[in-house]
This record gives sequence, structure tokens and C-alpha cells, in this order.
Amino acid sequence: MEAGRIHCDLLVIGAGMAGASAALFAAKRGLKTVLVGSTAGLQFAGGMLDLLGVQAPNTANIPALRPWEAMAALIQEQPLHPYARIPLQEIRRAFVEFTELLASAGLSYYCEPENNLQIITSLGTRKTTYLVPKSMQSNAAALAQKPPCLLVDFEGLKGFSARQISATLGKHWPGLRHASISLNGAVHKSYPQPLAWELENQAVRAVLVKALRKQLQGEEVIGLPAVLGLASAGQVQAELEKELGLKVFEIPMLPPSMPGLRLKETMEKLFVNLGIQTLLQRQVQKVARSEGDGFTAYIGPDEPLTMVRARGILLASGRFFGKGLHATRKGILETIFNLPVYQPENRALWHHEDLLHSQGHPINRAGLETDENFRPLNSDGNAAFPNLFAAGTILAHNDWMHLKCGSGLSLATAYAAVNAFVQTRSNAFG
Amino acid sequence: MNPQHPTALSYPSATGPIRTQVLIIGGGATGTGLARDLALRGLHCVLAEKEDINAGASGANHGLLHSGARYVASDMDAAKECREEGELLKRLAPHCIEANGGLFVAVKGDDENYIADFPHMCADCGIPFEELDVKLARMLEPALSPNLIAAYRVADASIDPFRLSFENLAQAQQLGTLFLKDTAVVAFEIRNKRIETVRLQNRQTGEEITVIADQVVNAAGAWAGYIAAMAGLELHMIYSKGTLLVTQNRLTRRVINRLRPATDADILVPGGTVSILGTTSVRVPSPDGIRPTVAEVDLIIDQGAAMVPVLESTRFIRAYAGVRPLFGSQHDGGDRSVSRGFALLDHASNGVDNFITITGGKLTTFRLMAEKTADLVARRLGISAPCLTDKQPLPKTEFSQWTEPGLAPKLWLRRHDPNDNLLCECDMVPKSAVESITAQLSRSGRQTDLTAVALRSRIGKGPCQGSYCSVRVAAHMYDIGVLQGPQGIPQLRDFLQERWLGQHPLLWDLPLVQSDLMQALHCAFFNIDQEQNQEEPW
Repeated sequence: MEAGRIHCDLLVIGAGMAGASAALFAAKRGLKTVLVGSTAGLQFAGGMLDLLGVQAPNTANIPALRPWEAMAALIQEQPLHPYARIPLQEIRRAFVEFTELLASAGLSYYCEPENNLQIITSLGTRKTTYLVPKSMQSNAAALAQKPPCLLVDFEGLKGFSARQISATLGKHWPGLRHASISLNGAVHKSYPQPLAWELENQAVRAVLVKALRKQLQGEEVIGLPAVLGLASAGQVQAELEKELGLKVFEIPMLPPSMPGLRLKETMEKLFVNLGIQTLLQRQVQKVARSEGDGFTAYIGPDEPLTMVRARGILLASGRFFGKGLHATRKGILETIFNLPVYQPENRALWHHEDLLHSQGHPINRAGLETDENFRPLNSDGNAAFPNLFAAGTILAHNDWMHLKCGSGLSLATAYAAVNAFVQTRSNAFG
Repeated sequence: MNPQHPTALSYPSATGPIRTQVLIIGGGATGTGLARDLALRGLHCVLAEKEDINAGASGANHGLLHSGARYVASDMDAAKECREEGELLKRLAPHCIEANGGLFVAVKGDDENYIADFPHMCADCGIPFEELDVKLARMLEPALSPNLIAAYRVADASIDPFRLSFENLAQAQQLGTLFLKDTAVVAFEIRNKRIETVRLQNRQTGEEITVIADQVVNAAGAWAGYIAAMAGLELHMIYSKGTLLVTQNRLTRRVINRLRPATDADILVPGGTVSILGTTSVRVPSPDGIRPTVAEVDLIIDQGAAMVPVLESTRFIRAYAGVRPLFGSQHDGGDRSVSRGFALLDHASNGVDNFITITGGKLTTFRLMAEKTADLVARRLGISAPCLTDKQPLPKTEFSQWTEPGLAPKLWLRRHDPNDNLLCECDMVPKSAVESITAQLSRSGRQTDLTAVALRSRIGKGPCQGSYCSVRVAAHMYDIGVLQGPQGIPQLRDFLQERWLGQHPLLWDLPLVQSDLMQALHCAFFNIDQEQNQEEPW
């Protein structure tokens, strides 16, 4: 055994939704787990957790209100989709286990187990999703019931206009009004994060409460930009509701968003709570097989590289945004193991001319093909390594942006891949 | 506080016909230049454009003000015209031009006879040139290939075709010209060998407009044949598609031309903070639905890299394609050898007395084309006022300046107004720019849309290609009352689709990462792709 090496059961590469949740699932199962990668992508999740947002992949872009029924259609139309490999009960368990973990670290989510929710976004669109942060529970309820409602924006906050939302939704929601408030006392007003930080300050909140009272004309509920605090978000919202005597909800806006940031910070807290060793904001430089079936990974970018000796690796390095896949003019490569990538035959077939094409873009289904245990395949069609697993958006045959299934895909495949790893370990040592 | 925006429009009432001396069809460089020329002669004009300013070839070219050297072998007359007009525009419209000069360079393997003849051909056309040592050329432009074998310096320049047309239109409007955006000709009613009325339709609202004009000028560029056909006339138009690529960073100081007979991807034109590489020449059956393709993009990069090797690895942010309106008969020399000279057609000889077509030509000679057309119009109307566009400088307006890459950051820093938020952070376009543009736009038509604001600014033209700024600009347009009702989402979809057409052939490496983010934001997060299908659940 050499000094300076970290030894672990499972090295998780990638700290987006799939990698981060895989590390949590693995640690919970008693595996000594190391997590390497950037958590920055979690902020772009926006904080909502999608399961499946379209009724069926080939019937245009109709929102699914009953996601588990839509799942049956998906599996029939796209039998290679990763969801088709996982029993529905397992997918449900993945969500339950994950949200219980979040709740244990103080972040509450809301869902109706059999239904999708629809919430108002800052664009005035209705986003279809499965789980929402507690701060958006009243958002979904308000959109569903359309009570008299006041939408409020803050002067100077970019990309959020209450007038826009009420103009967009107002035709079907007569009791919807809008107002704009100047947050005197707050210094940083243009971006969500500094504004959320300002609202942790009691004095700034008092200004807000006073201004809101002035605007109310008997509304039952108030929608605000999703900037109601950072760490003490729940408290900020609860206090506003108590002071005003009505429901207050958050409206998600352009990421990186506060609900996404809260999710990221909660997961980072859980890494500590569950004893996961993290090498965050760092990257795998190369991976070598070591004796037995293990791997040695060299983690950079700075010298000296950290060496991690792992019995197994879970690859959750994402797609192009996560740098798990890299596209050149000639084709698409997997960046760490140079695994074969399922992809359209040539670049002319990557995209449709219609951005919002009802079938989604072919390149968005490129990725790694795996066996039934989520082990990526080599060019012969066999598992490339007995103890290399893959999860999340890097998997082939999933167009998560089109299907609105990003979080669910990541959670479910992370859950299934970790369980498969545990299974192979117990087979080997059982 | 939402400052109320002027939305009152100086727009004609839909009830009666609009009477004017001249109806100009087509809002490209020629049409806007003609509107200014005629307005300066004191004539009242209506300019009808079926889309928006420079929607055709005027907005889909290199933005190159030719010295003329490009045409010395193929068309001496065009070369001389370019030289004269180029010099004139540099004097009278300097704010639209970057007089950066140009180089003609040859690399190993290029035709040595052409290289040897080039100085003589330039001299024959009176085009100033200077032979450069290749080492000096590479010192002046370090991005040039180490395989350079010849280099000449000429007086090429970069010109911003959008700013040019906006400024021409602005002065014309100030002098009383009525501009109808999104307004297409539906039919001509011809009686006694005259176009008596022209029926037009607003393509956004469907509203019909009738114009009664003494003279009608067809300046529809590549669409001139379609307009002429509505008057029962046949024009033989050739449609030559050219694709161009925009780099994220400016690669050279000067215009770089390949010193060889004109072919694919042999010109690289800098403009502000970017460079534009092109072009191809492919015969197409129609000027509509022209899109850059993956194969063209690859061809352009491979060819261009022989001259400027960094093109192989540089980041591109946009591809676009236009159709050169070539006018002429069938021939065997390829479309590049068709004269780039223009065609001024007096249709009195075809039996329509008050109808004129101006087509062909090139951006560099747009003013001359407008002048010759205006001369004919004035003659027919018995007006002796002379052309002034060759003497009077083109005035500079505040709202026309936002197309210049790199300008907005300078102005924003200079003004340093803490309340003037940047809405576009790639190219630093502030709220005040959007307000200035929408105020001007509201004078031109009933609809002010996101795409029209983007056309008049750098919005959506940086690396994020509108992923972020589109949302912020739309929100601000609601706040100032320019957008109303539920139109924001369809406008956002249209804007992103328009950006997409120029993006998707270039998506590899970082731009693909960016497009992943864009789709994640707009499809996965905002669900804008579902919004059109959500009528039922209400």
C-alpha cells in the first residue's frame, strides 16, 4: 500500500444529479465512497425534480399529468430508454430514498405521488414536474385553483417581470394581478443570489412585508421570485406568510437559481453527514486497471495528482455540458475511458432544423449503451469492465431535455447502478 | 415603477388607401438607399418590406466594402464601380465602415499565372495596390498561413450592412418616408398600362393595406422575379446561395482575400470583435428557405484554413446563408462569373409604364444603384432635383448604432449608470439600448417583437446565442409596455428558432455545450416546447 493513496469501494466520477445521488445511495449502503467532480451543474437543475413530463415521446410535446401512466407509453415506444431497464417500484424507491435524505438535512420537497405538478415559471410558462421544493407547493396549488393572486417582482432583478407572467397567464386567470416593488435597503438587486442573501436580513424583509401589504387588494396568495433566502429559506418564507397572514410561494427563474443552489448545498451537507470523501471541483486525469479487478484513478488537474484506488467505478460524468462526452467535427467521444458512444452516423444527422422538433434531436440520444446491470459496453457488445457502471445523462437512448425526465433518470439509474454494484460485490464475496 | 413607453404609432389608418409618389418594394440596402435618395430629392415614399430590414442578401453577406480588386479578372466595370463607390462611402458614411484595408494572399499550390497577372489587372482598372513581402504580410497579420507565397495590399474595408440600412432608412423616415415592416405585396391592379393600386398585407396581423403610387419600384433583390411576375412580367433571375460563418473572436485586423480566381471560402472579413468567413456559391431553385448546411460549413472551414490555419480550431458562433440575386442569361462560366453589375429595368418597354425593377449588383454599389433608379423615377415624375447621396454625409442616429460588435460595452462603461442593467452579458447590451431601439421601432409598424430588437442590436449574437438575454429582454419589454398579453412565449420561440438556424450546423466542442445548456434552460426547465400544446388543461 502506498502513501498518499485513497482506497475506497466505489469511486463516483461526476457530481451532478446522478453522481451526487449515487454517492449518497452508495454511502447509505455502507460502501466507502469517493466522489470526484463539479457540483456546479446541480444549480442548473433549477431545484425541481422531474420524473417524466411528456405523455409519450412520439405524440408531440403534450405534458403528462399522470407520469406513471406516461412511463408505460415511453417504455413501449422507446424500449431502449434507461427507464425501461428499471422496475417502476425501484424508480419510486429512488425518489423516496433521495427526498428522505434531503429532508434529513433540512430541505423539504413536496409531491403528489401519482401525479405531476404544474408550476408557474418566470416566463409565464407552466412547467410540468414531479417534485417541487416546499417553497413552490403553493405555486402548484395556485396555478391549479387560480385564486385571487398577486405576483410581485423586484425592481432591478433581471429576467423577472411580474407583468410578463400575469400578461401571459391572465387570460385564464382573472384574479391575477401584478406589482413591482423597490427593495429599499437592499444593495445588490440585479441577481438572485445576492438578493436572496439580502432577504436573510430581517431589516430588508421588514421593508418587503411593508411594501407587500401596501400592494395587496384582498389577494389570498402572493408569488415572488425564487429569492426567498439561502440556507434559511424555509424560515424566510414562513415568516413572510405569518406576517402577511396568507400563502407566499416562489416562482422559479432562469438558472443558476436559488432552489438549485439550495439543493446543491444540501447535498454537499449530506456528503459530510454520510462520510463521503469528496474531491469536488476536481477532475479525473486518467484511470488505470490495478491488480484484481480494481481501478486506480488519478485526480487533477493540479500536481501532485491524487490517486484513488477503487474496487469499482460509477461513471456519471454527464453529457457535453458535464464534459462526459466531447464532440468534434468528426464525431462524439467518451472522455475518460474512451468507451464506444452510440451516436448518429454523421454530423448532418445530429440536429433537426426545427429547434423544438416534436421528436427531439437525434444527438440528444447519443451516449453509452450498457448491459442490464448498467455496465457500459465495449465494441464487442460486452461489459467493458466487470466493475465499471454508468448512470445519468451519459447513458444512450435518453433525451432528457425533450422528455423532461432529467432528475428522475439520474436518480433512478444511480440507484439501480449502485444496487447492481452492491449485488456484484456480494456475489463475489457472498 | 414601469416607465410608460411611447407605443402610439405614426402608422396609417387601415381604412383608406395610402397615397404616395413612390412605392418601394424591398427593405434591403438598395430599397433603403433608394428611399433616402428620393426623400432627399423631396419625394414622398412608402417602403414596404415583407420581413424586416436586410432580410435577404443585404443582411447575409460578408460586410465587405470591396476595393474592386476581387473583380479585376472577371468584370472590369464592376471593379471600377466598386473602387469609386468604396472611396465615396468611406468619406460620406464613415460610421458604418471600418477602413481597415485588405490583403490578397496566395499560398503554395495556388495558380501562379493568376498571381503574376493580378498587379496588371489592378492597374488596368485603376485600383491601388502594393506588393508586400510575405514576411511583412505575416508580421501584419500573424494569423496568415506560413505557406504564403504572395501578398498584395489593397483598400478593402469592412462595412456594417445593418447599420448602413438603418441609417439610410432613418433619414428617409425623418424626411417623411413611411416604412411598412412585415408587409408583403399581394397583388398589383393594372389599368391602362399602369399599376393603379398595390394591395399589400401585414404578415403578422393579416391586415390588408392599399397603396396608390405614381411610381412603383421593385427593389426586392432575389425576390424581384416574383414581384415582376405579379405585374405579368418575366425576369430571368439566377439564385446563387452563399454560406458564411462568424467566428467568436476577430482573427485578423484586415480583410483577407485569397489571391486566386473567386471560389469557395476565400474571403475573411473582420467586423468589430468578430470575423466572417465565406462563402460558397451553389445554384438554388428559389431564394426561400435558404439554410446553411453541415457540408457547407465543413467545406468553408477546410478551404479557409489553407489561408488562415487557426480557422481549423477557432470557435464559430453562427452560420448564415443568403442568395445573391444574379440577373442574366444562362451561361457556362459558373455563377461567380455572372456580372455583379446591376440591372435597372424600365418596364415601360414591357407595357407597364410606372414600374421599375432594380436588381443584381452588390452591397458596395448599393448607393449607385439607388441613384440611377432615383434618376429614372425623378425623370418620369418630371422632377429635376439632383441626387444628393454622393455629396451629403449619411447622418448618424443613436438607435442605429447597436449592431456594432464591441460598441455597447464602451458606451455602457462610459455612461456608468448603475440602474442601466445589462440585459445581454455576452455583448453587454444595456436596458437603455433596448429602450432606444423599441422607441424607434414603434414608429415603423404595429408590432415590436423580440426578433426585431435583436436584429437592431448585438442581442443573441454572443456565445450564449440568446439563451439568457432573450429571457431578460422579453421581461424588460413587458416592463416598459412594449410586449403585452401572451405574445412573449411565441416571440421567444421564434427568436430562439431564428438563432438555431444559424447555430445547428456549427455545434461541436464548446458551442455544442452551449446549445445543451440552451435546450436545458428553455426545453427542460421552462418547457417552452410544451406551451403551445397546453390549451386543453385550462
